[in-house]
Amino acid sequence: MKPTPTASALRLVPADLGGEAARPGDFYGLTLYVAGETPKSLAAIANLRSLCETHLPGCHSIEVVDLAKNPELAAKDEIVAIPTLVRRLPAPIKRIIGSLADTEKVLIGLEVRSPPS
Amino acid sequence: MTLTTLASRPTELELAKSPTGIDGLDAILFGGLPAGRPTLIAGAAGCGKTLFGLTFLVNGATRFGEPGVLMSFEERGEDLATNVASLGYDLAALVAEKKLAIDYVRLERSEIAQSGEYDLEGLFVRLGYAIDQVGAKRVVLDTLEALFAGLGDGPQVRAELRRLFTWLKERGVTAVITAERGREGQLTRSGLEEYVSDCVIGLDNRVEEQITTRRLRVIKYRGSAHGTNEYPFLIDQGGISVLPITSAGLEHSISDAIVPSGVTGIDAMLGEGGYYAGSSVLMSGSSGTGKTILSAHFIDAACERKERSIFFSFEEAPSQILRNLRSVGIDLARHVDSGMLRFESARPSLFGLEMHLVLMMREIDRFKPSIVVVDPISAFRGSASEVDSTLLRLVDLLKVRGITALFTNLVGSHELDLTVTRLSSLMDTWIGLHDIEANGERNRGLYLLKSRGMSHSNQIREYLLTDRGVELVDPYIGAEGVLTGSARLSQEASERAAILHRQQAAARRRREFDSRQAAAERQILDMRTALEGEAEELEASARQGEAEEAALEGGRMTIAARRGAA
Repeated sequence: MKPTPTASALRLVPADLGGEAARPGDFYGLTLYVAGETPKSLAAIANLRSLCETHLPGCHSIEVVDLAKNPELAAKDEIVAIPTLVRRLPAPIKRIIGSLADTEKVLIGLEVRSPPS
Repeated sequence: MTLTTLASRPTELELAKSPTGIDGLDAILFGGLPAGRPTLIAGAAGCGKTLFGLTFLVNGATRFGEPGVLMSFEERGEDLATNVASLGYDLAALVAEKKLAIDYVRLERSEIAQSGEYDLEGLFVRLGYAIDQVGAKRVVLDTLEALFAGLGDGPQVRAELRRLFTWLKERGVTAVITAERGREGQLTRSGLEEYVSDCVIGLDNRVEEQITTRRLRVIKYRGSAHGTNEYPFLIDQGGISVLPITSAGLEHSISDAIVPSGVTGIDAMLGEGGYYAGSSVLMSGSSGTGKTILSAHFIDAACERKERSIFFSFEEAPSQILRNLRSVGIDLARHVDSGMLRFESARPSLFGLEMHLVLMMREIDRFKPSIVVVDPISAFRGSASEVDSTLLRLVDLLKVRGITALFTNLVGSHELDLTVTRLSSLMDTWIGLHDIEANGERNRGLYLLKSRGMSHSNQIREYLLTDRGVELVDPYIGAEGVLTGSARLSQEASERAAILHRQQAAARRRREFDSRQAAAERQILDMRTALEGEAEELEASARQGEAEEAALEGGRMTIAARRGAA
């Protein structure tokens, strides 16, 4: 699967982006896929919002896609598990599944933070 | 009990079936997979699981008016399309016609992190959307276990799988789920069989004596009878074929029609003028006794009557057979050209026995011949029981179809092979071809060991392989029994000599008589000639006497006159 960065996204991503996390200047383009207003989905939305406010202030965008309303996007965006958080920016694409209850795992998954060695 | 009688049991009518359209499989399943329920197909890698699933979908879309959805976890849609294009499946066209939807589910574990609880609603949404798009009645999930590789084998995934199968049933789709076969004793690697309890089919790819045979077994079919054996199946250009091993039983209709053997002499030996149509004929003989040639006569005659024939050759290539037959004056090539005859040749070692049977029956069902020759059945190698069961099934399958079959069998010179003896009970007519060794030469003798249902000759008849094919020689039966070859010839020659001798003696006696008669007539002629000579002499001398008397008289007169004058 290829990420599809927009022109504006390219402008925001430094060319030398490597494995390092949470550098100033990184912009996080996040899409959260849910299916209907299930407890897990609502929890994931709340968890994501609070996490971004705390750790990625001013450098993120969140799009919530309800597959119950747009089922065709499930195959297009290759979603299997619900909820799935997709990091489109910065590249490469990253996926985190679950209700995002464990903030530490989410930050590592988004490469905001390096995994403990 | 046959497939038909089982399938017609009333209980079978209650369970709706979804036909797979795969040759033979629907017969084993008594109609097809359970409609509206999931079926598990388990097998090791390379067994043809994906192809089974695809065939189910393609047949559903093209033959049964049931659109389908393929959810592939292993192969991309494009790769799949390429892989099955060689089988004549045009997936892209079916997708374009909205008869098929393909969704490739890619799960890369390294790209997925997990935080908190999740479910597989995304998969359900995708599947539901695809089903709605084409109005699918059939769904194939290939290979669902990839979920475990992508998401881990945790309780969340397992709980969702259970939900998935319930959901599939609620949607009323007939689903096929493929799974990798597990280790020893385990049907599937991840125990998927615990979720699918309606129908489970196992695929297998075994190598025995360096010959690979694919096999299929219906392990479970809730609410339905099913064939329980292992059935061999084949994947080739024609797709998948499964051959039910189940004995066809003895319920075939019999015929009084007669099929000529192609050799006048043999027809005469068989009381009715040939074999019964639909019967099985065994022709056993040692090497070089002309089994193939006699088979060719049989086929030649059938093709002349415009009856289709198949010649299964397991020893020689078709071109070689055709050439060899031309040398004895039998031209089968023209029947091949006219489409009445079909040659199928294969090395016996190319496939397992059952696979040969599958291939043969498939050809037979496609070509629909009335005559089949298998030359020779002795080419089949394997355990005796396997060879026996294969031939038994072949004989039964041919009988059910009313096909007259001629099997040749190579045996040692002076023995009846054990296989032949066992096999003979299956055969209606058994012709033995034997070398008869006597007086320093080998001659060929033919006799009928049996021919069910007709009175037949008990003679051993000598036959010759001439440039006009096989010719039966009139039997010579004398005081010393049946004579063959030179002995027969010399006996005939000496008889001819005796006749000649008698004729010559008579002619000689006639000539001697003629000559004696001629001599006698010559003698008679000589004697008559002599008599005639004597008669002439006699007359001449008589005339001389008279003359002399006259002269004397004249002298006396003269003398008297002289005396008188004096």
